[in-house]
Amino acid sequence: METEPKKSDEARAAFWSANKRLISILLIIWLLISLGCGVWWVDWLNQFTIGSLPLGFWIAQQGSIYTFVILILVYAICTDRLERKYGVAE
Amino acid sequence: MSLATALFEAVADPSRPWTFAFIGITFGAYLLIGWRSRVRETRGFYVAGQGVPAIANGAATAADWMSAASFIGMAGLISVKGSDGAMYLMGWTGGYVLLALLLAPYLRKFGQYTVPDFVGTRYASSSARIVAACCAIFVSLTYVAGQMKGVGVVFSRFLEVPLEIGVVIGMFIVAFFAVLGGMKGITWTQVMQYFVLIVAFLIPAFAIARILTDGAHSVPQSAFLFSDLAERLNQIQIDLGFDEYTQPFTSDTRLNVFCITAALMFGTAGLPHVIVRFYTVPSVRAARWSAFWALLFIAILYTAAPAVGMFARYNLLNSLHEAKIVETEVVDASGDDGGRTLYRLESPKGEALDWAYNWQATGLLSFEDLDETGTISLAKTSAEATIDKDIIVLSTPEVAGLPAWVIALVAAGGLAAALSTAAGLLLVISSSMAHDLYVQFVDPGASEEKKVMVGRLMIVLAICVAGWFGINPPGFVAETVAFAFGLAAASFFPAILLGIFDARTNRQGAVSGMVVGIAFTAFYILGNQWDTIFSVTRDAEFVRPWYMTRWFFEISPQGIGTVGMLLNFLVTVTVSRLTPPPPAEVRQLVEDIRVAG
Repeated sequence: METEPKKSDEARAAFWSANKRLISILLIIWLLISLGCGVWWVDWLNQFTIGSLPLGFWIAQQGSIYTFVILILVYAICTDRLERKYGVAE
Repeated sequence: MSLATALFEAVADPSRPWTFAFIGITFGAYLLIGWRSRVRETRGFYVAGQGVPAIANGAATAADWMSAASFIGMAGLISVKGSDGAMYLMGWTGGYVLLALLLAPYLRKFGQYTVPDFVGTRYASSSARIVAACCAIFVSLTYVAGQMKGVGVVFSRFLEVPLEIGVVIGMFIVAFFAVLGGMKGITWTQVMQYFVLIVAFLIPAFAIARILTDGAHSVPQSAFLFSDLAERLNQIQIDLGFDEYTQPFTSDTRLNVFCITAALMFGTAGLPHVIVRFYTVPSVRAARWSAFWALLFIAILYTAAPAVGMFARYNLLNSLHEAKIVETEVVDASGDDGGRTLYRLESPKGEALDWAYNWQATGLLSFEDLDETGTISLAKTSAEATIDKDIIVLSTPEVAGLPAWVIALVAAGGLAAALSTAAGLLLVISSSMAHDLYVQFVDPGASEEKKVMVGRLMIVLAICVAGWFGINPPGFVAETVAFAFGLAAASFFPAILLGIFDARTNRQGAVSGMVVGIAFTAFYILGNQWDTIFSVTRDAEFVRPWYMTRWFFEISPQGIGTVGMLLNFLVTVTVSRLTPPPPAEVRQLVEDIRVAG
């Protein structure tokens, strides 16, 4: 199913805009979870509980870090796919 | 005391033979790896021949990143700060998302040896390269001094070898593998050091989780989430007059926690010794995947640390508050200060607290029965116990009653953390001096052998400077390390990011942005911290005209890097639009690095 790499200027431009869209989505999630839920809204989130901890506290000290790992994993997988789709892999 | 007497006395302390054995074995392994990865050409010396597999680079990056401070200090810091400790946890991990998505793959595609290489080429400017090289040297040097001191502290505390000898031994070990193998030697020793430090951190963490939950939870992360320890700790904190442990914004305002977290995240992404690790992998794809492995490996320690911090605080308050004084003895009575009083304590439940007695000898833990009730009070209003945050991790194995070899393992882990970070920083200093300054400006026609020779010489020089700082730390080092992140965020990060994502950014924009960003941040920090940085009192005559309080929305100097960074972005973009676009070859370069193929 591998398409012949064309590496044309259009393919490169199309890859770049798809890549920028992917990065934007992931970074918005990054911002909302870390500086949003982990800092700015942490006391409001603390009214809910997860396990035996206040939710905001858990996100700030654990959940945010798990989210970061998943975000990078999703980025690595999706970019591999995008590169194949547009035929711009190395 | 000489090494020989230290060896002799080792018989007295059950953990010391183990400590000698573990440190001997791990150091021997580092030397062996260093010998086997010796290199002859610059590509091997600076970027390990770009042949490091993604997962190995991930482990090396994790060891490179996690310093003596992460290993020894962080859990203690969180345990003191409570909920607000999250600023370090998120700050020092969240930056990897920025690094992986915005910088690492493109810098790998660019693919030379250093960060100043990129800045100099992208902005077609030698002065930008020099500024970047000097920033890299300054940031790395302040950072490395703390690592060498960490090595000395571990030696002096666990082996009772004098701090100076500890630093010198550490210098020789790093010098051996860094000079012979350059980045290649450093990389493979860092991979090994990661495993040493993570095992050394996790074994006591698992043990204390199990002990405090009566065997219900062995995994620290799940004990943290599911056991009732947080509730019990909150109750103890309230009884003693403190805020609840899980209560946010007790140490600083919401805005400041926000700004400090952001400055740490953006600064992490801009630190040169982390960025160069991504030059060593074989492909752009490998750069993306190794960022994932790196953060995964880091997250194992960073999610266990807050659990250890909370458990340790619970355990400390629980066993030391209302502890009965069994016996007191005065040591060094002939000294100038009239000696110190050591306390033998018994917990409220009647168990002897030997670890509390042992740790008083280091000066990191001290007691004074001010109200003469025969017990120690840890209530907020009393000042009967002084507990240094560094003993939180180091004393956990003893507090949890773990066997002597675990204590020795923690010492080996602390050394692995300090040495691996020191090696990475020393390579950045050496490559900035040899590759960016010497070869570029002094001797552009140098042969391959000469380039590598200069690189090796610079590493030796850097090690000597770092060792000297480690033994005689200038007062400003501890202060500056805390601000290195803010300075990196306000200078490097916008220049690299816009260099990739905005083709219109030109030399004029980038240089003025960096200058404004770093000047604003440094000025604000100096204005607030003038007294501590230069070790003078606030009333000193020459300080007064310079001294400024937090004039910008009450933002703390640790968080001001975030504002400096925004300012940098604003200036760079504006100035670039008002001046001519960059030349065609630079626009071609930007087009080229954006796509892997």
